[in-house]
This record gives sequence, C-alpha cells and structure tokens, in this order.
Amino acid sequence: MFLIYCPYCKATREEEEFHNAGEAFIARPADPEAASDEEWGDYLFMRKNPKGWHWEQWQHAAGCGRVFAVKRHTLSYRIAGSWTLAAGKALFLQEGGV
Amino acid sequence: MSGYRVSRPSQRIDRDQTVRFRFNGRDYSGFAGDTLASALIANGVTLLGRSFKYGRPRGIVGAGPEEPNALVQLEDGARTVPDVKATQIELYPGLSARSCSGWPSLALDLKSLLGRCGRFMPPGFYYKTFMAPVRAWPVYEKIIRKAAGFGTAPTANDPDFYDHLHHHVDVLVVGGGACGLWAALLAGRAGLKTLLVDDQNEAGGWLLSEASARIDGLAAIDWVASRRAELDALPNVAVLTRTTAFAHHDLNLVQAVERLQDHLPAEARRADQPRERLHRIRAGHVILAAGAIERPLVFGNNDLPGVLTAAAAQTYLNRYGVVVGRTILLLTHNDAAYDTARDLALAGSRVTVIDVRQRGAAPARHAAVIAAGATVLTGFGIAEVRGGNRVRAARLVRLDPLSLKATGKGPVLNADCVLSSGGLTATVHLYCHNGGRPLWDEERLSFVAPAGGRDDMCCVGAVAGYWGLGEALRQTHETLGAWLAARGLGAAGQAPQADDIPAAPTRRVFRIPDGRRPGAGAKAFVDFQNDVTAADIHIAVLENYRSVEHVKRYTALGFGTDQGKLSNINGFAIAAEALGKPIASVGTTTYRPAYTPVSFGALAGPHARETFDPERHTAMHARHVAAGAAFERVGQWMRPHYFPRPGEDLHAAVARECLAARQGVAVMDATTLGKIDVKGPDAREFLNRVYSNAWSKLEPGKCRYGLMLDENGMVMDDGVTACLADDHFHMTTTTGGAARVLSWLERWHQTEWPDLKVFFTSTTDHWCTTAVVGPKSRDVLMRLCSDIDFAMDAFKFMDWRDGTVAGLPARVFRISFSGEVAYEINVEASYGDYVWQSVLAAGKDFGITPYGTESMHVLRAEKGFIIVGQDSDGSMTPFDLGMAWAVGMKKPFSFLGRRSLTRSDTVRDDRKQLVGLLTDDPAAVLTEGAQLLSSPQVTIPADMRGHVTSSYFSAYLGRSIALAVVKGGAASGGETVYAWSGGQVTAARIVSSVFVDPQGERQHV
Repeated sequence: MFLIYCPYCKATREEEEFHNAGEAFIARPADPEAASDEEWGDYLFMRKNPKGWHWEQWQHAAGCGRVFAVKRHTLSYRIAGSWTLAAGKALFLQEGGV
Repeated sequence: MSGYRVSRPSQRIDRDQTVRFRFNGRDYSGFAGDTLASALIANGVTLLGRSFKYGRPRGIVGAGPEEPNALVQLEDGARTVPDVKATQIELYPGLSARSCSGWPSLALDLKSLLGRCGRFMPPGFYYKTFMAPVRAWPVYEKIIRKAAGFGTAPTANDPDFYDHLHHHVDVLVVGGGACGLWAALLAGRAGLKTLLVDDQNEAGGWLLSEASARIDGLAAIDWVASRRAELDALPNVAVLTRTTAFAHHDLNLVQAVERLQDHLPAEARRADQPRERLHRIRAGHVILAAGAIERPLVFGNNDLPGVLTAAAAQTYLNRYGVVVGRTILLLTHNDAAYDTARDLALAGSRVTVIDVRQRGAAPARHAAVIAAGATVLTGFGIAEVRGGNRVRAARLVRLDPLSLKATGKGPVLNADCVLSSGGLTATVHLYCHNGGRPLWDEERLSFVAPAGGRDDMCCVGAVAGYWGLGEALRQTHETLGAWLAARGLGAAGQAPQADDIPAAPTRRVFRIPDGRRPGAGAKAFVDFQNDVTAADIHIAVLENYRSVEHVKRYTALGFGTDQGKLSNINGFAIAAEALGKPIASVGTTTYRPAYTPVSFGALAGPHARETFDPERHTAMHARHVAAGAAFERVGQWMRPHYFPRPGEDLHAAVARECLAARQGVAVMDATTLGKIDVKGPDAREFLNRVYSNAWSKLEPGKCRYGLMLDENGMVMDDGVTACLADDHFHMTTTTGGAARVLSWLERWHQTEWPDLKVFFTSTTDHWCTTAVVGPKSRDVLMRLCSDIDFAMDAFKFMDWRDGTVAGLPARVFRISFSGEVAYEINVEASYGDYVWQSVLAAGKDFGITPYGTESMHVLRAEKGFIIVGQDSDGSMTPFDLGMAWAVGMKKPFSFLGRRSLTRSDTVRDDRKQLVGLLTDDPAAVLTEGAQLLSSPQVTIPADMRGHVTSSYFSAYLGRSIALAVVKGGAASGGETVYAWSGGQVTAARIVSSVFVDPQGERQHV
C-alpha cells in the first residue's frame, strides 16, 4: 500500500483514497481522423511498462477528485513525488521524456 | 521429563496467585505469569500431541513462537481457537484446552501404528501411493484428510469484535529486548515519534530468561525495568506489548496484531473492547531488533517428549521457575548453552553436558558448570534417545575430532530430559518479507540480516548476528548513533556496558552422525510439525530436487504453524550437504507474512458483518421491505427484485407486474440510477465530446438518450441527459456505472481538455426518482400535480418539466424504459419516501402496481433496449448494437471512440451483432449465456455463432423472447440458430430485437 501525496490537498494519504489512471502524458492525437490505423492503435494500446521510474496519473477519487502526476519506481515502488499535471509534464520533458 | 517448580529470584510468575485450569479433561494449577506450556511442564505433563505423519508422541520443544509440537485447541464453542501454541498461551483462571492431534485418542493413535512402518513412508508418500486408480482419489482424500490436520475450526460466528488502528511514526522498533529497548530510548530521547512493539507480555526479550546478565552494573531485569520506565515517561514514545509485528510491506508499512483480552479470565473480558487490534504502522524508519531463536541439533529420536532446546529449558527455569527434568543431558556445539547447564545444575538437576567439540568450552564457562555440579563429556554426540512416550536414556556416540564422523560407540546414559543447542537462528523474517535476502554468516552459522540494514531499516542485535549481549548493545548504539547523527539529531552518549564472556569456537554441525547409513538408524527429525527427517531431505535430493524451494515442497520442511523457525537452517544445511554445495549458495526458502498465525478477525477488523460491504438503501427502502419485496444487489444498492403477493413466485409476480405496466399503471423506484450535474459555459461542448450522439441542438426542457463510448469505440455506459439550461445538464448513468462515469468525465476534463469551463457534481444521492409507467400514468400524475400541463402536445415524450408534485418541488421527466407512456418524478432525496407513498395513494384507483428490476428487464427487453454490461460486454460498438442512430459521425469534434469506429477491426461485417431470438417452442425460455450454434449437431470444436445475452418469458406476448449477439447477425434475419445449454439444444429464429410496438407509438400517446 502506497502513501501518496496529493498536490491539491497538500496531504499524504493512503493509496485506497486514490485510483490509478494509467501512464501519464499520453497525448490524444490532435486530429484523430487524420491518424492512420497504426498511429491510432499505438495511442490506444502501446504503453511503456518500464522496469524503473514511471510517470503515471493518479486521481484522488475519494478526496478532491483531481488527477495529478506521480513518478513511481515500478521495481522498488518508491515514489519520487507528486506534481500537478502541468508541473509534472514540465519535469517529465526536462528529463527528456517522450 | 519430570518437571517441577523451584523458586528463582528472576522468575516472572506470582506464586501467591494460583491459577486453576483444565487440560485434556484433567484439572491442574499453575501461577499467574505462567504460559500453558510452563504450567503443564511444572505439572509433569509431557505428552501433548501426536505427530502429523507417523502419529509419534510429541511434547513441548520450545518456549515461544518457535514451538512446533504443543498445538492445542483452546476453549470450546464459538470462542474456540485451533492449533494455538501452548508456549504462547498466557495462563488465566478457568482456561480449558485439549490436544489437537491424536485419533481416536491421544493415548491410542492409529497413525502411530502406521508410523512404525515408517520405512515405507518416504517423502512424497501420498503422491507415490495414491496415484491409481485416479477415480479413487476422492475416497483416498477423505481418509487422508481425516488422518491429517490438527485442530477444528469453530462452527459458530465469532462473538468478539476486532479493531484496526493506523499509526504514522518516525521510528518503529520491532522487538523489546535489550537492543530494542535501547534503540527506542535513543530515538525517543532525540525527540522522534517512536513506537516499540514486542510480542511478549512484558518487555525484556531474552533478558527475561538470562538471569545472570548484568548491564551497566544492574541485574538485567532491573535494567529492563528502568529503561521501560524511562520510555513510559517520554511523551513521544509508545510501547505495545502482546503485539506481534507479523508483516513488513512496501514503503515500511508494518502490520502488528495486539492481543488485548486473550490473557484475561472469561469474566474479566470486556464485551465493549476488541479481542485483538490490528496496528497498521507507517514508519519513517524501522529498527528491527527481532532477536534470534535457538535451534536444536538433529539426532536419533530427537522428537521424544522430554527433548527440548536448551534455551527453552533456560526460559522455563529462570522466567517461570520450572525445572524441566531431574536428570538432564545437554547436547551442544557452542559455549552459550553452558549457561543453561550451570543454571539447571544450581537449581538441583543432575546435568551432563555432552559437547560435540573435542576441547569443550572456554575455561570460564567450563569452570562455572563444574562448580555448579554438572559433568562435561567432550567429543561425544547423541546417537539416539531411548524411551516410549518419554525420554528414558540416550546412547552416545564418539565423534571424530576433525571429520565429524562417528568413530565409536559411547555410553548409554539414563535421563528424563534431553536438551540440545544447535546455535541461534536470527529472526530475519521482517527483513525478508519485502524482498530482502538474508546473508549466511559462516562464523555464526546462521542466516542474518545485514548489519547495514537498508535505506529505511536498521537491523540491530541478534537479528544481525550479534549474539553476545555486550557486542549487541554496542552495535545497536553505534548504528543508532550514526543514524541519528546523519539526521542532525545529536550524539547518543554512552553505550550500555555488558560483558561478553570469551567463548571457544562453535563446531559446525547440524546432524549428529550416528555411524549408520542415512535412513538406517533411528529417525532424526529436522521438522517436528511436518515429520521431516534428515533422511527425507537426502531422499528428496537423491530424487533430483535441486532447489531448496522444491525440497521444501516435496518434504513439507518448514510448513505449518511454526513456519520452520526451528527447522529451516538445519534443513537447508542438510540439503546443502546432500547437494555438495555451500549453504550460502543453496540459500533460504522465501519468507512470507505472517510471522506467526493471525486470526481472520484481526485481519478483517471492522470490515465484518454489516460493514463488510455496506448496503445502500434508497429513501423508500422501508416501504419496499414492508411491501414484502424480494431484493437484489446492484452494486451496493439493494433494489426490489419483484414484489410477490402471497403464493406468487418470481414468474407469477413478474407476469402480473409487466401486464400492469403495459395495460394500466405501474411504479418503480428508479433512485439508484447514477446522476451527474454538468454545468458550465462549455457543458454542451463537453457532452458532444464524450457522447457519440449530438447535443448542439438540445433545448432547455428537452431530454436525450446518450451513448458513451470508450476510446476503443466500445459502448461503456448509457443514460438520458436533460438540458436544464443552456449551460446546465442533468446526466443519468447506469446504476453500477455512476462512479466510473464521473471519474471518466473528470479525467478527460482534467487531462485533455482543461480549457473547457465545466463542472461535474455527483447528485445520485440528492434525488429520489419514482418512475410511473403505463397507459394510465398520466392520470396518476395529474392527481398529484396541478402546475404542469400534461396534455399530449404540451408535455411530449422526451420533455421534462419543473413543477410541484404532491406539494413538493419536482423535476418530472417524460422518458421511458418500457416503451409506454411514463414519467420519472425527481424530488429531493429526503422527500422520496413521501412521494412514493403519495404516488401509490394517487394510483390506487387505477390499480397501481409496484414493480422491481426483473419486470423492468422484461419490459425493456420486449422493446429491445439494451442493458450495458448485459447485452454488451466491452467489445460492442454502437453499430454492433444496431444503434447507428445514436452516433453523430458528422459532429465536428472527433468524440471519444469515433476514430476507433473506422478501424479495420470495427468495420468487419462478421462482428457479433445484437439480434432478437424467438424459439420455435414459444414456451421454451433460453438460458442466458447459452452458446449459439449453426447446426443442432454439436461438433468439436463447436461452430459458435454467438451467445444469448437476455432471455425472459413475456406475459404480454404470451411467449418467450431473447436478445443475443450473433456473428453477422444483422444480415441473418430469419435464420435458425441452436442454443446449447447443459446438453440441451433449442432451436430459435433470428428476428428483430424489438418485440413490442416496433414503430414506437405507445410512448407518444
């Protein structure tokens, strides 16, 4: 069970208050109709699934309802931190994320 | 073994308080502070159980959680607990317990006859013997299960309750021995929020058994008392005794169970207090001071009642004032056990130390033992213990000084008790639960937790292999000092001083050789609870089990309630020897929670009975109960399933309810439908993006059915949404989908379209909804409401109106899930019950009939309306469901799922598509879920076309109807398919999915 910090509530809470909302920063194609079947399939189905640090979305479902970014290590389960999506994305890009 | 009491200055029992108890039907007495085990030994009880496989007589071996044999059934009736270790039961007045094993009785055990044929019961005996014929296995299994097993589970509900408590602390110290106390004190003095847990009834750990130790010039027990007093005085420190930390999880979550009442006599237990409390402890740092447990040596007949570990005997003597025997042989490979010999000799026993080392112990210890009156034999081992149901004597064997082989026979010595010390095994469990691997220490002969611990855990004292009290306290002090200093929390001051007597090296031995080939001599047990002998491990290796995990599973080594606390290292060492590998490379089996057995009650805590999975009730619930409704669970909601009249079954009630809805008027509690208030300047745009159909032109006062797709283009939810104002909508969802849909909307809004100005608020619990359905529903509404014009043209199908119903402000939606004229009255939730009653009263003259979910399903199936999750399964597009009318492919924004609707897979013609089915026999009701075949002949593999999703008998049509999904079904009208269920094949024709009123005229009347 994780302890997760909600950057909106500014509080650390039990995992059971949150829902995992999958990998973070997957952008929906701006014009889905222009995407090929393959590009659209990649967007729908392809995920990084790394062994290591992973940017993911969590929603404070039993709290404020906000979705935010968490950087979590998939092997050690350590959590590097929580950020708003905007702040997290900036950091993610700074780390060279794609 | 003939145990008796002596008075010891160190004893922790109160000899002024006699405690009477019952064991195996006989009355005994002990003292306050005893365990059941210490009291039984003091009363001379030696036979406590029968072994698992061979039915051999067994007695007490240990003094704590390591005990493999002395499992008892504690108390009777609803509070009975099976398989409790007698060594862990605190004695209380009136305690009643009995042996768990022995069939038909403890004295005469049938398995023991089998056990005499033990040569023929090798490891894997059951696998090998009961192979054939395969059909007979159920018979074998019954007999084997009767023979196996120990206690019996209670059959009545647990009358006690249990509690959970959450902690967030800077430091959690596991273990209240010398090192744990000192670590907690250092953390506490530094101002850290500190929690110390210990599984015993008082702090002190091994110091409670080690009477002669001195720390900082104080007797050990006095040092413990003053440290404990200092801890109690610190406001930032809490100490929990009778609390076992049994699991360590990710991110330093430790679970511990506190036994609050089990040590009290029945009349002193409080019904308003929990029996046990589960502590869920989040620790910034864990300090593991779990100590070590002494393991026995492995020698012939080492399982006879009266053979104990030396440490257990020392505990019984010093802590409980119980001497385990009058003539004692103590077999050891180390110096520490000499202290036990000394104490027992001083207490009056005739003690002979049998030291497997040629040169024996260091001079100081040797001298102390001799001075106490004991005898020492060096260079000998015990080949086998002799006796029937208890120890009578032991035959020694002379050992080669170098090669550890038997070089000759030794004397036979009479004894009533045999002790052995095979060295300490560090209690590394909590270090290993979460992936930590223990290290083999060849000098200490134990797997130990690394002294360096890890990022969020320090390991101090015996758990890290520091056996000596002085060295353990020094290591604890240095480790904590460095840890505190690294956090700027100041110097720790002086370490407590205790002297470690210099010791001679330990001799590396696990199995004492008896001079015979493996398996030929007396059985030498490694694991007492599972009857695993040294020879069994050799056989497992011979049969090519190379991994210690496989050896464990083949022989059952280390299973059971003690989880191998005494047996594992001996077992690993013997396996390593058989494999010809070093122990370090053989490794250990996996340590998993729980460290000791935990009751289900403690794990469940308050999540039991009515709070296990709470029920949600609508405001009208009490009315439904009073009306005799049968209920069904939908999510957590309790919904009326049907309302039977006296003598009616489900089918009769549903037929009556459906006919009322089609021919007169019926009423349903529709409160449980999910409701979401969607508001904001961009609310309409948002709906356009998340629904497949168009919302641009929906005016205030109008409702529209919406279909929600996931990004794969599959239907995920549906419901009617009403336009309240240009920027304000009332969305409804399926009953089970409410939370999921809200979360779905929030995620898209927050992640992809944060620029849209819109808010979502769950209003499911804020409104009560009463659906009035049927040709006469308008008449009922008009009796309750005078400020809405119900004329056909004034209030059309799919309109909604604000008004006053039964004197209350209400939103009335003219929507229909039955195809009839219908109105849904929404009022503030707390008025729901009143409105429901008002509707029933107003409809009385029209024969208004309450109906439940079953009739709702029949009515909607007659109209071909889908239930998301029943007729669709996450792989159905709107086109598959024949709902192209609900897809606005021309909408400017590419709504969720749209792009997926043109993927090669979603445009296939042969996808499963929704159809109606009519059986050839109108009375035959198909089984929901039945597979549909193209031909009545079943081939292998079957040619499966699809399956039945909904199937009912329609009273209105006077025949059965069904919905199904069929490959290419949309173009297969008129074709016959065959539904297979339970060996029966039923022919049915593919038809339109709309069975009643295909033109949809009835709802517009």
